[in-house]
Amino acid sequence: MSQTYDIIIVGAGIVGAACAAECARAGLKTLVLDRGPVSGGTTAAGMGHIVVMDDSEAQFALTNYSRRLWMELRPELPAEVEYDSCGTLWVAADGEELAEVRRKQAFYTERGVRVEVLDAEDIRSAEPNLRPGLAGGLRVVEDAVVYPPCAARFLLDQSKRHGAELRTSVTVHELLGDGGVRLADGSRISAGRCVSATGPWSPALTPGLPVRKRKGHLVITDRHPGFVRHQIVELGYLKSAHSMGKDSVAFNIQPRQTGQMLIGSSRQFDAEDTAVDQPILERMLKRAIEYLPSLGRLSSIRVWTGHRAATPDKLPIIGPSVVGDRVWLATGHEGLGITTSLGTGRLLADLLLGRRTEIPASPYSPARFEGAKA
Amino acid sequence: MSDQIELRVNGKSIRVAGGTVVAAAIALAGVSCFRKSVLGEARGPLCGMGICMECRVTINAQPHCRSCQVLCEEGMEVRTDE
Repeated sequence: MSQTYDIIIVGAGIVGAACAAECARAGLKTLVLDRGPVSGGTTAAGMGHIVVMDDSEAQFALTNYSRRLWMELRPELPAEVEYDSCGTLWVAADGEELAEVRRKQAFYTERGVRVEVLDAEDIRSAEPNLRPGLAGGLRVVEDAVVYPPCAARFLLDQSKRHGAELRTSVTVHELLGDGGVRLADGSRISAGRCVSATGPWSPALTPGLPVRKRKGHLVITDRHPGFVRHQIVELGYLKSAHSMGKDSVAFNIQPRQTGQMLIGSSRQFDAEDTAVDQPILERMLKRAIEYLPSLGRLSSIRVWTGHRAATPDKLPIIGPSVVGDRVWLATGHEGLGITTSLGTGRLLADLLLGRRTEIPASPYSPARFEGAKA
Repeated sequence: MSDQIELRVNGKSIRVAGGTVVAAAIALAGVSCFRKSVLGEARGPLCGMGICMECRVTINAQPHCRSCQVLCEEGMEVRTDE
């Protein structure tokens, strides 16, 4: 038996959840489907860093817009979402990276983002466990941290309050060009439109979509409250994130409200499995210990992996697919999906409803990959 | 198992035989609560083989040490109340 919905969202990770919250709030009859549980994929492997980024104007626009939406949502977030406005501390190891601090300071300041430059002495007092001799850093004051699975569940609960339905353990096999989806059991659910929010798995539903899996590792320690106070990221992170080479690691650590430290990051293309890769894990932890020597004395209690959805231009894919107006996309968020989920949901709903978008949506349009069969 | 070792448990001196694990020294010192759970419940050794993590204490200012897996050393400072 088929039911009719205005919109079916495939994927109950944080991007699908944010899309559902916006669509339901706008009065659309919304159904969310996921083949697994809520947040069982990429969202469970995200650090939950709410961060404004400056790789490109379009990336800045979406991350800054999304961070504003998180700040607006903050009073409504339940305690288990663990919103913590600890800020980001970008660490400069040497003079070359300090020049990058100044470039970022100018970029952010021109665009109204609150930042503070730290010299070598400031950074010692801001984060005493960092190794001596670092050149300085940049504090992005209003960046924050959330716990992604609970944030996604909160957004889905919001959508349900506006009448949305959620079904988990339901596998979608096809997004139908005439509306709706075909499930693994062959049945169909009809809808005005469907949205693929399936992250690294989106090419299976949209063949030719230029989204690649990029594996990452995370480590969490036991409880040492106050060991670090900011989400700390090395400026060399940009070299790792930008490199299109096979494997890279960068120092990225986050204090959790439990007193635990969440440690990243690694990036690997062409690593489809979810097994822990000991050599890259070792490189990742060695990198972290280079920056925080006493980290080596703490115990890790769990290591896990996940896959990001990487696109060739480092921007997500949001809007109607090129196969037609009944199939929409909200995918390709790579390592920024927790931040950009809220902006994605709002942009998608604005585009669906023909409302004016608050930031230009064209940089994220699927049409930019016209050559590919998206 | 011969030479006596002196260490401190929560500031109190105690002498134990060489080869004694810290968990035993804590018990000899009359302390039963090795740590508190996140909800404030008392915890102490369960498995005695480094798996259950219930016997964690602070040794020489390093938190979360498994007391059942560490041998006593002369002058060691052990705290169960942090």
